[in-house]
Amino acid sequence: MHELSICQALIEQVEAVARKESAVQVLQVRIGIGPLSGVEPQLLEQAFQLARAGSIAATASLLIDHLPIRVSCSQCGQESEAKVTNLACGTCGDWHTQLISGDEMLLLQVELVREAPAGIMADETII
Amino acid sequence: MCDTCGCNVTHGNAHLVQPGGKFSKTESGHEAVSVLRNLLHANDHTALHNRQHFDRHGVLAVNLMSSPGAGKTSLLEASIVALRDEFSIAVIEGDLETENDASRIRRHGVTAIQITTGSACHLDAHMVHTALHELDLSGLDLVFIENVGNLVCPASFDLGQHRDVVLLSVPEGDDKPAKYPVMFRAAELLLLSKCDLLPVLDDFQPENARRHLQALANPAPVIELSAKSGAGMQQWLQWLRAEHTALQHRQASVQAATGATATTGTS
Repeated sequence: MHELSICQALIEQVEAVARKESAVQVLQVRIGIGPLSGVEPQLLEQAFQLARAGSIAATASLLIDHLPIRVSCSQCGQESEAKVTNLACGTCGDWHTQLISGDEMLLLQVELVREAPAGIMADETII
Repeated sequence: MCDTCGCNVTHGNAHLVQPGGKFSKTESGHEAVSVLRNLLHANDHTALHNRQHFDRHGVLAVNLMSSPGAGKTSLLEASIVALRDEFSIAVIEGDLETENDASRIRRHGVTAIQITTGSACHLDAHMVHTALHELDLSGLDLVFIENVGNLVCPASFDLGQHRDVVLLSVPEGDDKPAKYPVMFRAAELLLLSKCDLLPVLDDFQPENARRHLQALANPAPVIELSAKSGAGMQQWLQWLRAEHTALQHRQASVQAATGATATTGTS
């Protein structure tokens, strides 16, 4: 279960983004996971609940975007969708393909609330 | 993957983050910062550092991955004996507990650094980095990293190795590449180990393992071997020699290029 290590790394990155953007709260963390990344989205969601505790993202939600598997064929040059256990070209069937999408585990976006600039009341916080 | 050169953004996923793409703003209207960075960015950064460390010393680093009991340590012992007069070797051993594997390696007069991961099911670049602090790379030719026996998690973590070698032992069954696609897609060499058992476990067809590997679009070479009988060992040792030579050539051309740049810079 390496999903917890991955979530801890994710939270560290989210905290770094929040610091850089002078955020006071992180509302949502959006990630993109490909089926060939080696992480299980369901386990990642559970691990996120543990990893976020005590961080600026303690109440943040996790949004997982499931990215498709796409390959580019070295023989016919076409791009096509493929399956986890069959990465052959969908057009000509040749197995000499390159993966162009599907092994990603990416932090895509952090939705946050910024610190109120001096002189603005807290309830007028611009987000 | 990294975020320095933008290689995370392939033409397969770029449309997601471009203006108008589904990640350019959030539906709730809150401020959203686009990041597009690998979740294991910190690990990858350390892995790059480890790789540069190996490169500087001209040491080939080979990451061995397999399920527990596929014969990684036996293969290492046989390889150490066979290459004794040729290469100076060290081993980084990853296990949840015990120094058993490191002790087996040390009996052959080779330095072995044991990493005990506790409950972690894989090695990561930070653990290897710590181990490298205990290992003097000067005078070494080859470092084997024996990963934790596991066909799932180790595949996700770059350690800074030059090559990933995956072992599939005959008793495990020839359909493992289909069952563990992430691991077997990572293999740059597939070793079908314990092939001395093929006559008794005749439902294992090496051809099926090759076919499953091809279904993952993986062109990696496949070697049938047995550390016990010695069958196929020469092919494996030859692969190691070729990889070691290739690394030396890469390093020589990098040094030549750096030297040329330095000369140009001072002229």
